[in-house]
Amino acid sequence: MKWGVVSFPGSLDDRDTLYALRDVLEQDAELLWHKDRDLRNADCVVLPGGFSYGDYLRCGAMARFSPIMESVVNHARRGGLVLGICNGFQILCEAHLLPGALTRNRSLSFICQRVTVRVENTQTPFTCAAHPRELLRLPIKHGEGLYVAPEDELRRIEDRGQVLVRYVDSTGEPTDAANPNGSTHSIAGVANGSFNVFGLMPHPEHAVEPMLGGEGGLKIFRSIIQSFA
Amino acid sequence: MRVKVYITPKRGVLDPQGRAIEASLKSLGFNDVGPVRMGKYIELDVAASSSTDAASEVKRMCEQLLANTVIEDYRFEVEGA
Repeated sequence: MKWGVVSFPGSLDDRDTLYALRDVLEQDAELLWHKDRDLRNADCVVLPGGFSYGDYLRCGAMARFSPIMESVVNHARRGGLVLGICNGFQILCEAHLLPGALTRNRSLSFICQRVTVRVENTQTPFTCAAHPRELLRLPIKHGEGLYVAPEDELRRIEDRGQVLVRYVDSTGEPTDAANPNGSTHSIAGVANGSFNVFGLMPHPEHAVEPMLGGEGGLKIFRSIIQSFA
Repeated sequence: MRVKVYITPKRGVLDPQGRAIEASLKSLGFNDVGPVRMGKYIELDVAASSSTDAASEVKRMCEQLLANTVIEDYRFEVEGA
């Protein structure tokens, strides 16, 4: 399969994602420029973390109107896979490819730490390599990761199993203390209704080797590869 | 035409900045303060032949970019209207 990783002005983790895909997972991956419209036949498009357009106005609000995003939206509408990590998750929400929105952390502080997330639904292209309720250790680093959605929307995404990962403690319980940013229902990542678009605040690309402190992120990338095979 | 746009978090949406401001005001002794909501204020000029035209233009700006209507409400004033 082919991967495309989009570089926006202000993206930080595009090259880390490329490293995870190419060097660790031996995938055919390349960078896509935000001003281009060509996805170069990518089967899965990754929107990486960072501070696209300086986070001006709202995180992801400007990036959503980049020329490449038009192609990403069309790719998603055709059923193509899209993964948004951190700022990429914010962009996908702003582009209305995912429900809800991300706002300032409850603490108002930027958070950089390791969290545990529980895989809530393994019947998706992004989680099929994980066991039901498997716990993954992943890093987070964000100032605006508090997930919110209107009540009825929240009920809908919970009922349909669109919440793919939730912040939990070491025993797997979604306690308030284990919720780093105050996200509603401890939501760390959601998929769209047809499960081909997924966004999450934790960074799987930073957890792909023991040297990086863990390999929890491989589960997400391996799921995508497995689903495509 | 000068337009003033006010963007505020929707009622019911968590507003951690508003809460922090409320707590700070209370710690300063302003005990009568109620819930605080923190929003954005945007001022812009728009070339339009009438304030009605300006208003419909600004409404589109708000819907498309200035506000995220999932979590924010907006209102605006066209000066001189």
